[in-house]
Amino acid sequence: MNLLHFINAFFGDGAHWHGYNGIPTRVGEHVGYTLQALAIAALIALPVGLVTGHYGRGGNVLAMIAVAGRALPTFGLLVLMTLLVGFGMVNVMTPLVVLAVPPILVTTYEAMRSVDPSPVDAARGMGMSEAGVLFQVELPAALPLILGGLRSGAIQIVSTATIAAYVSLGGLGRYIVDGLYQRDYEKVVGGATLVAGLALVTLAVFWALGRFAVSRGVRQRA
Amino acid sequence: MFGVLIRIDSVTKRYPDGTVAVDRLSLEIPDRSITVLVGPSGCGKTTTLRMINRMVEPTEGTILLDGQDILQQPVNTLRRSMGYVIQNAGLFQHRTILDNIATVPRLLGWGKDRARGRARELMERVGLDAALAKRYPYQLSGGQQQRVGVARALAADPPVLLMDEPFSAVDPVVRKGLQDELLRIQAELGKTIVFVTHDIDEAVKLGTMVAVLRTGGRLAQYAPPAELLSAPADAFVEDFLGADRGIRRLSFFPATGLALLTTPIVAVDATAEQIAARATGEAPYLLVTDLDGRPLGWSEPHELTAGSIDPGRLLSHGRPFVPGTDSLRAALDCAVLSPTGWAVAVGADGRATGVVSQQTIAEAIRGAHAAVPTDAPAPHSLAKGGPADAKVAG
Amino acid sequence: MSGFFDIPSDLQHSWLGLVGLHLREALLPVLAGLVVSLPLAQLCVRLRWLYPPVLWVTTVLYAIPSLAFFVLLIDYTGQTELTVMIPLTVYSLVVLVPAIVDGVRSVPPETLAAATAMGFGPVRRYFQVQLPIAVPAVIAGLRVATVSSISLVSVGALIGNQGALGNLINDANIYNRPELAVNAVLSMAVLAILADALLVAVRLLLTPWMPRAGRRRPAADVPDPATAALEDAVR
Repeated sequence: MNLLHFINAFFGDGAHWHGYNGIPTRVGEHVGYTLQALAIAALIALPVGLVTGHYGRGGNVLAMIAVAGRALPTFGLLVLMTLLVGFGMVNVMTPLVVLAVPPILVTTYEAMRSVDPSPVDAARGMGMSEAGVLFQVELPAALPLILGGLRSGAIQIVSTATIAAYVSLGGLGRYIVDGLYQRDYEKVVGGATLVAGLALVTLAVFWALGRFAVSRGVRQRA
Repeated sequence: MFGVLIRIDSVTKRYPDGTVAVDRLSLEIPDRSITVLVGPSGCGKTTTLRMINRMVEPTEGTILLDGQDILQQPVNTLRRSMGYVIQNAGLFQHRTILDNIATVPRLLGWGKDRARGRARELMERVGLDAALAKRYPYQLSGGQQQRVGVARALAADPPVLLMDEPFSAVDPVVRKGLQDELLRIQAELGKTIVFVTHDIDEAVKLGTMVAVLRTGGRLAQYAPPAELLSAPADAFVEDFLGADRGIRRLSFFPATGLALLTTPIVAVDATAEQIAARATGEAPYLLVTDLDGRPLGWSEPHELTAGSIDPGRLLSHGRPFVPGTDSLRAALDCAVLSPTGWAVAVGADGRATGVVSQQTIAEAIRGAHAAVPTDAPAPHSLAKGGPADAKVAG
Repeated sequence: MSGFFDIPSDLQHSWLGLVGLHLREALLPVLAGLVVSLPLAQLCVRLRWLYPPVLWVTTVLYAIPSLAFFVLLIDYTGQTELTVMIPLTVYSLVVLVPAIVDGVRSVPPETLAAATAMGFGPVRRYFQVQLPIAVPAVIAGLRVATVSSISLVSVGALIGNQGALGNLINDANIYNRPELAVNAVLSMAVLAILADALLVAVRLLLTPWMPRAGRRRPAADVPDPATAALEDAVR
């Protein structure tokens, strides 16, 4: 009756590696949900955070939006959406996006605000356009923090995308929800382990992204 | 005499909350010279500077650049035609030193190679080791970063350079080096520089013209530094200049005219006759030099024994001054610091050319003051160093 | 048709009763988390090498989905409130420890040096200098922990109606009464926003020395200083 035993049993069972309920399929579905939700959340939050942070306005409004976004219970939102619009991807995506927008939005805004003002002043004084200041001066300096916000959003989505299974969709949540109803703890443990593993992979991906995208001059200072 | 490049005409900056940063300020900034805006914090000096490149828009009044209203030009074109240097340099931390310097040329559409080639030239011009080109700003000292800031501002060869307290964040030794470097570069390039500082000594050292602003953004006095020191317009300016402005003003008088005595100098191998011949009583001491004529120290004549002069027992001669390049202030300083009260003059090669007493220097000071009435600017060919120094004499 | 606040009898609670239950299940874990994280964070501040491994462990812990966490605990604590509250305590820890560590570390070294020079002992210095200055960061952590705790309690509905207001979501499904789910979502959101506002008020009371918003200070419209660091720890 210990976790390692369950984990061993789950991953040792050949049946868990094939077919529509196999690990590769479920991991693929989970990654798919995650990427979709993250892309939508980033598409909403990044531009808003960059522009508001650049002009330094609307911080209070953003903070309120972030509180409201966090206050909406993800699970409740999922069931409510399902009751109102029926089963489908929209129900799953909406709560996940609501979940991921606040950290991306607030971190991006904060990152832009925390950029050292003197290079920005110098850039304007040299005659750089506002877009130039935003993309060539502020964004490269703010990138480590912005990536941090995206990473938090991504990990929250990875962990929470399990709820898709509650409304009959796939993903790693299948193992957890099915395990719950079948009283099959092996499945629950296996699913949870896979989710945690996927979260660690996400951390690694963002670490690599940071090495690749962030200038050495910025990295060394942080 | 140079023309006027920037004309600030009764400019006022009033913020929406009613604060007046600059109040009906008029200044004519001469071409190819350094104009310093100086004053206590809150006097609007930085605001004034930032209005010249439209980082701040004036509420009233006009600013003309070369006769053209700066509001008529597209703002980014205007800014790209002016170098801009700020405190802490404001370097882009994510770009290498070379790419930092190449910023404005790139903005102007230069190719990458040409911009970088130009950046390399400038690194040399501001005294940066070429090995730093690929480094990032965090790898440089504050002084080096500030040099990069100056190089970046000069990269597109703009006629105007705006400098906002560029050297106030570095330590005094580095600051002095940067100031000397700026004067050297200015002697070579002849830019129109507007320089903001809160340090009156920096203003006096660098400025061709100095504008003293008072709190509330009003002009207190606009004059060449020597005139500022000799004839402060009012109590505020006098107070701002500090207690020893009389001494500092001496920096603007050359030590060339001092009557040097050459008699009381003997070489270390002098014979008894030579010592006797030199001890004429013009000076109570004799200056002993080495065989090349470089000063070793002072001694009373009766303590010198021919053939066995011990350089270790001589009185220190202090720091000598060079009449051709040093000012009366330097000469006076040498005399004050010398235990004998006499200053030693040397040539550029370090050989003693004469000695002079405090008394003689004091007479020269009186003479200089008499030649230049206190309400007119003093000649100031010396304080700024090099002969190529482009100065306006009032 | 039943009204918005008519709660199915199987839940054995009125709406207000559910609210009370929800608050208890959500807030007790945050409180427990705070009690545990204060000494733990201080330990991480004193022993620098301890902080990175603590961060790694907490990151892995919060990557475990809450539902899986609940299910795993059923074997030990049964289908009880405790099963919901233990994971929430862990999640609170995950948020609070970095918030407190960053907050305490954000105290300027010269302030600490001045306190030491004036003769503060380590304990006095902690309670009278470091902790008060860290209050904004700690409260920022509490805000995030509280809001997400209130939201996560509802998942307890899946392990035998231990989700307080979340149980309404289950019933909305069972009885096909969407208004119950609307009720649950809105009630939880309002609770979360109220709790958040309360914490902001507490911070304003505890930190009269912080610059107030408004008055032409550009820093004023920036949210809490520690928010950015905290996002890492949000679930």
